[in-house]
Amino acid sequence: MTRRLLLQGGTLLDPSRRLDARGDLLIADGKVARLGGTIDAGDSTEVLDCAGCYVSPGFIDVHCHLREPGREDVETIATGAQAAAAGGFTAVCAMPNTEPVTDNQAAVGFIIRQALRAGAARVYPIGAISVGQRGEALAEFGEMVGAGAVAVSDDGRPVASAHLMRTALEYAQAFDIPVIDHCEEPTLAKGGAMNEGVVSARLGLPGIPTEAEEIMVIRDILLARRTGGHVHLAHMSTKGSVELIRWGKERGIRVTAEVTPHHLTLTEDACEGYDTHAKMNPPLRTAADVTALGEALRDGTIDLVATDHAPHHYDAKEREFTDAPFGIIGLETALALVVTELVTPGIIDFATLVDRMSCRPAALFHLQGGTLAEGSVADVTVFDPGRAWTVDPSSFLSKGRNTPYAGRALTGRAVYTIVGGHVVYRLGG
Amino acid sequence: MPSATTILDARAMDRTLRRMADEIVELNDGTDNLIIVGIQRRGVQLAERIAATIKARNDVDVPRGALDITLYRDDLQTVGPRPVVGATKLPWDLEDKFVVIVDDVLYTGRTVRAALDELADFGRPARIALAVLVDRGGRELPIHADVVGKKIDVAPHDRVDVLVEELDGKDGVVIARRDDDA
Amino acid sequence: MTSALGKDLLGLEPLTSEQIQLILDTAEPFKEISERAIKKVPALRGQTIVNLFFEASTRTRISFEFAEKRLSADTVNVASSGSSVQKGETLVDTARNLEAMRIDMVVIRHGASGAARFLADRIVSNVINAGDGTHEHPTQGLLDLLTLRDHFGTLAGRRVCIVGDVLHSRVARSNIWGLKKMGAEVAVCGPRSLLPWAIGEFGVTVFSRVEEAIEWAEALNILRLQLERMTAGYIPSLREYNRVFGITRERLARAPRDVLILHPGPMNRGVEIDSDVADGPHSVILNQVTNGVAIRMAVLYLLAGGRPELAEAAKGGSER
Repeated sequence: MTRRLLLQGGTLLDPSRRLDARGDLLIADGKVARLGGTIDAGDSTEVLDCAGCYVSPGFIDVHCHLREPGREDVETIATGAQAAAAGGFTAVCAMPNTEPVTDNQAAVGFIIRQALRAGAARVYPIGAISVGQRGEALAEFGEMVGAGAVAVSDDGRPVASAHLMRTALEYAQAFDIPVIDHCEEPTLAKGGAMNEGVVSARLGLPGIPTEAEEIMVIRDILLARRTGGHVHLAHMSTKGSVELIRWGKERGIRVTAEVTPHHLTLTEDACEGYDTHAKMNPPLRTAADVTALGEALRDGTIDLVATDHAPHHYDAKEREFTDAPFGIIGLETALALVVTELVTPGIIDFATLVDRMSCRPAALFHLQGGTLAEGSVADVTVFDPGRAWTVDPSSFLSKGRNTPYAGRALTGRAVYTIVGGHVVYRLGG
Repeated sequence: MPSATTILDARAMDRTLRRMADEIVELNDGTDNLIIVGIQRRGVQLAERIAATIKARNDVDVPRGALDITLYRDDLQTVGPRPVVGATKLPWDLEDKFVVIVDDVLYTGRTVRAALDELADFGRPARIALAVLVDRGGRELPIHADVVGKKIDVAPHDRVDVLVEELDGKDGVVIARRDDDA
Repeated sequence: MTSALGKDLLGLEPLTSEQIQLILDTAEPFKEISERAIKKVPALRGQTIVNLFFEASTRTRISFEFAEKRLSADTVNVASSGSSVQKGETLVDTARNLEAMRIDMVVIRHGASGAARFLADRIVSNVINAGDGTHEHPTQGLLDLLTLRDHFGTLAGRRVCIVGDVLHSRVARSNIWGLKKMGAEVAVCGPRSLLPWAIGEFGVTVFSRVEEAIEWAEALNILRLQLERMTAGYIPSLREYNRVFGITRERLARAPRDVLILHPGPMNRGVEIDSDVADGPHSVILNQVTNGVAIRMAVLYLLAGGRPELAEAAKGGSER
């Protein structure tokens, strides 16, 4: 039987095809069947009213931490996938710093299976670069990709050894996957709890200088040049990094980069009062960095938005600042933050938003989706760009509550999230 | 709007203080071992005047001390933002001494009780007496003044203020009556 | 109604110059009490105070203990080492337990910056920061201010240079805030690797040579140099530190004026300060210790003022 879904009355927005127009979209058998104009519903078709909403290719978050296996008390693949769907994401890529580390084909397979069971957003595993993420021996990229991994990373940690980074970039080319680096020079960043600057000096907190990131950024760019490999730089946070990426791209080096919603919207001032919800790695920087990152997202120097969703237990964050773990959640606030703080002030437009949150991630990571072309997989996000809401962590689908945005009034919300033609999330239940 | 009545003007106050000085010397049967201790704040100035009179009449410099009783108040836990503590100066051994505490107004007696507690922490005088410029009655403790400048009768909600030149620009004793019930 | 200082004393940065002035003025009469035969007044009788020291510190703890006892408060010392993670009982639980025992005030010293604030946000009792990580040590700052004021009469316009490892020093930070608020001119001097990178934003003069600092200053506050800085790669050796930055009699002799010498203690004699300077005629280090008790008494006294549930409006005039 053909399962049909009609998305009616919305505005189709697909920058990959320069599409921005009112129109309906018909899904059948998990694929985009027709789009544009008015479409008759016909028989056995579920109709979703999309008036006032954008209908776009589904958002893809290439950087999140789902904590399973090992820390199911804090998030599971199921709750993470549901949280992703609530945020409008049809797919996420899960980082491998689980317990145990996802560095082999069995572990990759486990994640795939758990994700299928969850039946919400797709979850693509990212495999580790090194066994155990110990930074010594390469993990089995081939086996992991064969089991479903879409990239490799030691995120959580930097690849401290330039030699290892080089060999990873060389070796990964056989599988056409990006090597993702968490750029942090360990000796400069050691012991640091927030950005090194005037706020850290006042609060008496050890600082992480911007150079800790930039030194690794330029290193990775040079190694990508040497090897011809694709390096993807995780969670960029500084103006200096942006300048280096620009330098690399101008020379045709295969460097791509991502930025998180929080680095686009918060500065180190959020750490006042020792609020551990402002503690993440890389740390929040200054207003000049925030501006540079927004500008870079606009002009494409930074390719995409990724959340670095990092749930932590309440107890863990309820601690002295220096003892608290780094990281905040982000799946359910990402869209609204980008709309409220970047689209509304005119830094980017909605087409760019969709490009950076769907088209580019799909293209760079060779994932299905990222387009509404007929015949493509029906991963679609229907979002209301004007919907006002207030962030209430207690209502999140994620198990995590560690967000600095509690109580914030934001605009923009996913109304329907559709994966392979199935509605995996409806706003309001 | 409160109204004020002057009970003692500057000249009357001066006469009263001289008479008090004489009574103190009489009480002690002379000036030997006498120490005059004023209670902060205005008791200190009055003690000064009394000691000056004694000097003029008897050609003896009687030692003058000061006591700030803020830290010994029995209502310290409830009084709200802390009053500023003034100076306490009692640099002598009190053994064998006749200490005369001088205060401006005697009312409930709690200030004097606090002063007695504080003096006890400094030593054990042979005798302690109390001299006050104004006794307005209304005792809440069994405290009595040995030397009284003027005894007056006022309602509980009236205020009795002693003014001294050094702090207030002029001398005098004034009753401030409250017409309204503020 | 809360006290003139609010609920807690967490640092000097949040205070106004009026509040600092109030503390210094209040400390004066408390100095006198420590000179009496019976060093006790009943001001805080019945109050329970816990000294919660997560970092070993004999001198600060004893100073607080004397201050508390001289005010007739009941004191309990809790010594604990390590962070929440190492200890097992979290700081949150410690806080809740103290509150459940109806403690009136907590004096906390902890290795993590922000720990005092963390505690203060979670319990109703007054919290006094006795040193949190590298953030602030307000009572030390205050006693340094009092000591300077004793000597100079005022703080406005006085030139004070803080010498040493400012980067890791809570004493330095409290001093910078306190001195600036009271109108002093402040400078710092030390190896650049031991000054905060953003020190330029603090409104202080930075001297790279200690000779320049000595020439400029009316008072030096000399910070203790810790051995760990050497092994962590900040400076090459203690010997070199003394040769380049040490406050020695020879260096002071070349100063255009007598320079007052302060040190928060404990001293590394022969490293940041030579013995003949520490024990010399311009050293007020022992005065700092004496003033420490008076300042702490003043702070406790001021903070204890005004419990909302007990306070009645202070009546006009005084009850006689």
